[in-house]
Amino acid sequence: MTEPFFQVDGLNTWFFTRQGVVKSVRDISFDLRRGEVLGIVGESGSGKSVTGMSIMGQIDDPGRIVSGSIALDGEELTAFTFEEMRRYRGRKIAMVFQNPLMTLNPLMRVRDQMYEAISEHEDISRKEMHDRCIEVLKAVGIPSPEERLDAYPHEMSGGMRQRVVIATALLLGPDMIIADEPTTALDVTIQAQIIYHIRRQIDERGLGMIWISHDLSTLSELADRILVMYAGAMMEIGTTEDIIGSPRHPYTRKLLDSVPSRNTPGERLRQIPGNMPSLLSLAKGCPFASRCERATEVCSEPVPATELSATHRIWCYHPFEG
Amino acid sequence: MNEMIFEAKDLSRSFAVGSSALRDLANHFLRDRPPTVLRAVDNVSLTLREGETLGVVGESGCGKSTLARMIAGILPASSGERHFRGESYASFLARKRDALKVQMVFQDPLSSLNPRLRVGEIVGEAAVLHGLVPRSKVKDYVVDILSRVGLPADSIGRYPHQFSGGQRQRIGIARALAVKPDMLICDEAVAALDVSVQAQIINLLMDIKRDSGLSMIFISHDLGVIRHLCDRVAVMYLGRVVELAATAELFSSPTHPYTRMLLDGMPKISLQRRKFMPIQGEIPSPLNPPSGCHFHPRCPIATERCSRIRPELREIAPGHVHACLNVEEQ
Repeated sequence: MTEPFFQVDGLNTWFFTRQGVVKSVRDISFDLRRGEVLGIVGESGSGKSVTGMSIMGQIDDPGRIVSGSIALDGEELTAFTFEEMRRYRGRKIAMVFQNPLMTLNPLMRVRDQMYEAISEHEDISRKEMHDRCIEVLKAVGIPSPEERLDAYPHEMSGGMRQRVVIATALLLGPDMIIADEPTTALDVTIQAQIIYHIRRQIDERGLGMIWISHDLSTLSELADRILVMYAGAMMEIGTTEDIIGSPRHPYTRKLLDSVPSRNTPGERLRQIPGNMPSLLSLAKGCPFASRCERATEVCSEPVPATELSATHRIWCYHPFEG
Repeated sequence: MNEMIFEAKDLSRSFAVGSSALRDLANHFLRDRPPTVLRAVDNVSLTLREGETLGVVGESGCGKSTLARMIAGILPASSGERHFRGESYASFLARKRDALKVQMVFQDPLSSLNPRLRVGEIVGEAAVLHGLVPRSKVKDYVVDILSRVGLPADSIGRYPHQFSGGQRQRIGIARALAVKPDMLICDEAVAALDVSVQAQIINLLMDIKRDSGLSMIFISHDLGVIRHLCDRVAVMYLGRVVELAATAELFSSPTHPYTRMLLDGMPKISLQRRKFMPIQGEIPSPLNPPSGCHFHPRCPIATERCSRIRPELREIAPGHVHACLNVEEQ
């Protein structure tokens, strides 16, 4: 296996609100290799999106990266100025969001938006820009890309718009793409098409990808490794085989168990009791302890990482047996 | 078999798209542009028996939400009939609206709950108006319903924005239950919720159904949820029902090519990486649906006549109907 080119180490991103400090991301560490898809799974408030935004350098007031390192090919991203980061984004790291209408300008044709993305970073002829746009539009499975270039976003379906956004992310040949729930709003058949094309691009271009999602089913089919987050903290990380095949953390198990397709039709689902704790008033121990049936007194102490194998790490005092 | 509680016969609903006074005026003088008509629901026939849960599944633009609103009686039909316990909706809507014991739960509780009313008013209002409880006793009545959906009694004085998404959906369900419906229509009621919260709400709906024998129509794009909750499932595509069968049968032996494609596309928790090429093609615009069988341009087994002939629903096994010209048997 190749060496990781991207590392996040001890990331803490907090929001200093009037109600108090919201510790959205606490001590997150992971790495990424070329040609690899890392899935980050979690529910609302787990900190998965804030992790993605932190990497992109897009945490605004009252939020701040309090500590930790984010490094791509040895370059420290957290040390960048605003202007340096602006030039870095798109060229080295691109991001795709859930709603393509938030990314696309409704008043511009696809061609103009894509050209603008290139000319911000590179000085090449219109012919070259055109060829490159056609190439990436084809790569994400857009039929008759020439016609699409002259379309406005509202003239396309949701699935087509999201493909344009992904194609735009590929335009400058980035090293990695962060995708935050990119197919969540799409229909199943369209989602399947997009995932197929993305996986191919990852493999062909040797891209690194972070795919943020609440949906374990999609991740199980797409990701090479999965990071499970809960209330801003890491619960478990491992290969997809580790996480789906032999989950050891009680939260991962419960999450998998509450998916309808893992239950007998017509019977009550195995639900997780209670709610996620408020990020304003977190104790120093395991954030899942209050909902965990295996929890004991020790769970109110800070939880260290346990290395189960070369690929599989877990933050729990009472993991399940493998 | 239980008695029929609801029946829809050849139910259709069309919308004139982009119609406005100015456009109407222009059309009046120019006469060359008939208004664009969107057939959101096209000749749908369904039945629901007492205590049964019927799922309606389909992708964007298939008309499932329009169908839900017609069944709930909040949207008039363009043509076709709706019957509740054998009596036409027309008579309910004209004279005795509260005798139509149908309630609806929506996808987004925040936009379907009045933000300026307290939970006590949201849940209690209709019950008082329907004469189910005197105003003096409404508080106890509401507290009782709130406890059924797992909300604490002190919720009564709070506003919708003070609750989490899952709790808001509980409020939406409480409001629907407050008028003692016999039939509940859930339109994507769990779609916006996190997995663990979704499981809690699904369990709540199952408990309610078990305790009160409520009949349910459950509209969703999520096949996993449909499979879990429903006794029978109708699959819709561009306004039409293309297949209807008992849940177990539909999932184990789907016959319509669209149903098969939908089941194939459904993400499953597995260790098998998806390698195969998914079926190509977009969902066509409901404004301009393909001729004949709406599915024919994307269908792997379509023949020439599929573009000419509209397939009717026909029975291919007991209780299993589908609308395909080419698939003869399972």
